This record gives sequence, structure tokens and C-alpha cells, in this order.
Amino acid sequence: MTVMSYIEAINRAMKEEMRRDDDVFLLGEDVGKRGGVFRASEGLYEEFGEARVIDTPLAESAIVGVGIGASMYGMKPIAEIQFVDFILPAVNQIISEAAKMRYRSNNDWSCPITIRAPYGGGVHGALYHSQSLEALFASQPGLKIVMPSSPKDALGLLKAAIRDPDPVLYFEHKKAYRLLKEDIPDEEVLIEIGKANTVREGDDLTVITYGLCVEFSKKAAEKLATQGYEVELVDLRTVYPLDEQAIIEAAKKTGKVLLITEDNKEGSIISEVSAIIAEHCLFDLDAPIFRLAAPNVPAMPYAPPLEKAFMVSEDKVYEKMLEVAQY
Amino acid sequence: MSEKNQILTDRQLLDMFYYMLLARRSDERMWLLNRSGKIPFVVSCQGQEAMQVASSFALAKGVDYTAPYYRDVGVVLTMGMTVKELFLQAFAKAEDPNSGGRQMPGHFGHRKLNMLSGSSPVTTQVPHAVGMALALKMKQQPAVSFVTLGEGSSNQGDFHEGLNFASVHDLPVIVMVENNQYAISCGIEQQVNCAKISDRALGYGIHGETVDGNDPVAVYTAVKAARERALNGEGPSLIEAVGYRLTPHSSDDNDLTYRTKEEVNAAKEKDGLIIFRQQLKKQGILTDELESGYESKIKALIDEATTYADEAPYADEQTLFDGVYHQ
Ligand SMILES: Cc1ncc(C[n+]2csc(CCOP(=O)(O)OP(=O)(O)O)c2C)c(N)n1
Ligand SMILES: [Mg+2]
Repeated sequence: MTVMSYIEAINRAMKEEMRRDDDVFLLGEDVGKRGGVFRASEGLYEEFGEARVIDTPLAESAIVGVGIGASMYGMKPIAEIQFVDFILPAVNQIISEAAKMRYRSNNDWSCPITIRAPYGGGVHGALYHSQSLEALFASQPGLKIVMPSSPKDALGLLKAAIRDPDPVLYFEHKKAYRLLKEDIPDEEVLIEIGKANTVREGDDLTVITYGLCVEFSKKAAEKLATQGYEVELVDLRTVYPLDEQAIIEAAKKTGKVLLITEDNKEGSIISEVSAIIAEHCLFDLDAPIFRLAAPNVPAMPYAPPLEKAFMVSEDKVYEKMLEVAQY
Repeated sequence: MSEKNQILTDRQLLDMFYYMLLARRSDERMWLLNRSGKIPFVVSCQGQEAMQVASSFALAKGVDYTAPYYRDVGVVLTMGMTVKELFLQAFAKAEDPNSGGRQMPGHFGHRKLNMLSGSSPVTTQVPHAVGMALALKMKQQPAVSFVTLGEGSSNQGDFHEGLNFASVHDLPVIVMVENNQYAISCGIEQQVNCAKISDRALGYGIHGETVDGNDPVAVYTAVKAARERALNGEGPSLIEAVGYRLTPHSSDDNDLTYRTKEEVNAAKEKDGLIIFRQQLKKQGILTDELESGYESKIKALIDEATTYADEAPYADEQTLFDGVYHQ
């Protein structure tokens, strides 16, 4: 076992996969000599050289599009987008091309690319360095989206994403990078894509979330336990396609459900989770489905009071849990 | 330079020097505020004041439109933003005319000054400036639009799409690339493989030229001529001003991970502000008294602006929902 931060786990996953398979390579802005603006690729340029750790021109559509082309040859590119906010110039490549490649060629071509991007708020990043954009891609069959909530998951899910035969979007929370640390086995860690994880068991209410909100929820659940309410906490891990079975079972178990995301509420990942529960669990519910999310304003403002008002936090989670528990 | 000086009166040269100095000293203060924990973020103009101030001097204030990018402290001050307003945005206070503290520092926009609001994803402002020029042409206004960006950002699709559109419709837009030789950690050779950014003008069928961005008179002359062509219906110009980024990319960067102290020191020798000062002194235009008068006036302005902005209130969290739609 070794204590690792979330960003160290990401770094380890890339190193291990690049050592294991010569076809794996990294491309993106400032990923080489600088080791990434957050240092996620620290040491990779030194170990694997500039041919496999490629500093690209500043053009996201090319980073993804070139990655797609190389993956069609059989390479295993990891395309890094510096902030998920800057993935938008590449959306055409992701949605028109990566998502549809296998289907449109009737299984003739495929595109095993991993697209990594930091997301999330609470870091004074303002409108364009704080967003959660997973919902944008979560209605596109052909894509998979994973969003780890812990260092161990960050390691196991990234390795699985790189090995996956289809395009995977891997969104990593930038606030989690150095905030979260845990003991991780030194042996290989692989976590299956498409499977949710029960982080905590309880009988009083079910909380389903993902990403950094899992951490807020873990802490809030501990506090809630002192009030006599036990939370069943499910981490989606893969937010698209969703693990329907796990969602249904968890909702049925307690009959009270709170869904949490730091993304805007409307049309979010948890909107779909809510629809799944509504379809399958109507007669098992003892309360309406509750959602806690960012307000419907375009993105997180910079000034601290506004950022705080926008961002989901441990306190906001706790208050909402208590409300649901007492319903 | 003495020959070129005839283009500008002594008064104009001194005014240009004053604004370059004002931009530099303002920027230096922001770094001090950042390092003392007062403001979380700075993105700097240092090394680019000459090109920013001189280009703006060639525009008609209150008539022309600008779409500045995040380093353009010299542009926004010259176009009429006050020092107080500049510091209000650095502190992200409610009274900041750029965004009321919603955006990160360096994200300019000021309707009264005909200054378009900018975002973080680079190069999106280029099509906007082209659209502004289209509107000016449609309404037969004797005005131009002026847009800036970094050389790395000239690799985005928006750059090509914008310039091609502007060329096809002969629009009155001036695009100035502030080539500071770096896109975060990536040197120019990792961004483009042509000798000059202005070579790209050939592909769009427009006027292109590269000027020494440390020479304010050269920049002024080029932009002035571009403005005249634009007003004569001769279409857009692509001007590349070559300088150097004297600071790290931003307060979050450590530039010594990708360039040497020696290289930065060598660039400081060519610093446009220092050279212009020496030239004006040699020519007897700038005297020691004038200079120390400027310095003390600027210091007083910045002190006052810092105190004011520091003490000014943040936007109230009740305003979080304001301005999502027309109210
Ligand atoms: C679309 C997009 N991708 C990435 C970024 C992150 N980023 C901010 S500035 C920058 C480098 C810009 O370099 P350049 O255009 O040369 O401008 P400079 O900062 O050197 O003035 C990058 C990659 C961004 N803001 N927008
Ligand atoms: Mg640059």
C-alpha cells in the first residue's frame, strides 16, 4: 500500500499503461516539459520522450480529432484537454465522430481514445475554469463517461478507460487533485467501467452522486449518523451509460432518495437518474425524489460570495440530507 | 526611430510612454497583491505594453470597437478604462464594470468604451470582432474593430474562420497577434511551423505584416495604416507584433520549468518600455522631471485604486440570478 493523492493516482495510471503498452501515448497542451498545468503528467516526458508525450498546438478540435485518427490505426491515445471548459471546440469531433465511428461503419472501424479533462468548481476558477460538462455528452450512445471520486477509483478507472475498445471521456475533479489522498494497493488496480459503487451502507435514506460530491456526502453522512440517520451512499463512477440496476436497488432499499451533482440541475446526470427511479421504483418510494445541484445560472461566478452561493458543499449536502431523512 | 518620430508629436510620444508606464506599474502592483494573498490570480501584460498601448493609440476612442484579450492591460487603459476600474476587476468587486466580479481578472469588457466582453476559451473574440466589423459596414459607420490574441491562439479554428469571413466580405477589422513567443510552456516552434504568423495572411488574401512589438512607433504606424485601409473598404489586416512575455504565464505558473532565467534576462534587455524610455530621453523629449512626475502620479493613482477596490464590497449573493435573461 502507498498513500497517493488523486492526481498522483492519475499520473500512476498513465505511467503503468504506457509501460505496459507501447501504443499508449499522451497528447495535449503543456503535457510535455511542463508535465501539465496541474502536473498530472509529471515525469512522463522524461520517461517516454517527446514522441509519446506530445505538446500540441493550442487547438482542441485537432487534439481530439488527431487522437481519433491515430486510434483508428490502432494506437491508444490519451488526449488531455487542459480544462473541460475548453473541450467545446472539440465537441464536433467527439459527438459527430468518436461517438458514431463504430456504429456508422457497422463495426468496421473503432476509436479507442481516452479523453481526459479536469472539471469542477470551488477553486476560484470563475465561469470558464469551473464547469461540469458531463451532461453535454451523456445523451450520446457510443461514448462512455467516467468520473472518479477517490484516488483508488481514479487509478482503476483511468487504466480501464485506456484499455477500453471504445471512446471514454474521463473527467477528473481539479479540486480533488490534492485534496483527496488514500492508501492504494501497489499491485494492479482495474475498476470496471459501467459499475456503480456502494460507498456506505444505511437504511434511512439513499444518496446517489458522483465526483467530488461523493466526498461531501461521505462527510455529511457521518455527521448525519450522529443524528440517528444512516445513509446508503452510491457513487455512480460511470455517469454514462448509467448502472441502472445499482440505482434501482439503492432507491428501493430505503425508499427515500437524494440525488446530488455540482452541475446545473436541469438536464443533468441526476435528472436521468431520477427518471430511472421514477420508472422503476414508484411503489417503493416513501418520499418525492430530491435533487441538490447548482442553481440554473450559466456558470460559477468568480467573486467568493457568489462562488460559495453557487457551489455544492458539505454543509449544503448535510442540510438537504437532514431534510430528506425527516420527510 | 527619429525619422518615424515625425509621425507622432512629442506630446503623443509622451502620452504613449505614460500609458505604457501606467500599464507596467499597475501590473506590478497586481503581482504584489497576489503574492501577499490579496487577490488570487494575475495574468500579466509585462513585456507587451508597447504593442498594446501603441496599437490602441492608432484607434479612434469612442468610435472604434475593441475586443481585447486577457493580457491587454495596455489596451484597456489606453481605450479609457480607469485605474480604479482596473483594480475593481482585479479584486472582483461588485462595482467592476467588466463583469461585476463574475469573471476572473483579465477578462475585459466595457460597453461604454465600445469594448466587447471576452471569455476564457481563447480566440472566440476573433469572429466577434469580425461580426462587429460586418455591422459597422452594414450601417456604413466610419469605424473599425480591433481584436487581439496570442500567437498560440492563432491555431484555433475561430481564427481561420474569422479571418476568412472578414476577407471575403472586405470587413473593417484589424487583427493583431501579440506574439510573446510562448503559449504557457510551449515555445513558438511547438505552435507553428511558418516563419511568421503574418504569413498566414496570404492564405486569406489579406494584408499581413510583422512588426517589432517592442517598438511603439512601428506598431502605431502599422495599425494606423491598417485602420486607413479598413476605412477605405480595403478589408482586414493581420498584424503580428513580436515581443516577449516577461512574467510567468499567470500567477499559477512557474516558468522556470520550461525556460531559463538567462533567456528571460536577455529579453528584459529588449523590453519595449525601457528602450522607449531611453530613446525619448536621448532625444530630450522625456526629462527626468517629467518621468518622476509620471511615476508619482501613477503611484498615487494605483494606491488610491488599490485601497478603493480592496474596501469595495463584493456582489451580494442575492445577485446570483441577475442577468441570466433580460429582466
Ligand atoms: C480554447 C482554450 N484552450 C486552452 C486554454 C488554456 N490556455 C489559456 S492561455 C493558453 C495559452 C495561450 O497562448 P497564446 O495564445 O500564445 O497567448 P499568451 O498567453 O502567450 O499571451 C492556454 C493554453 C484556453 N484558455 N482556451
Ligand atoms: Mg503567446
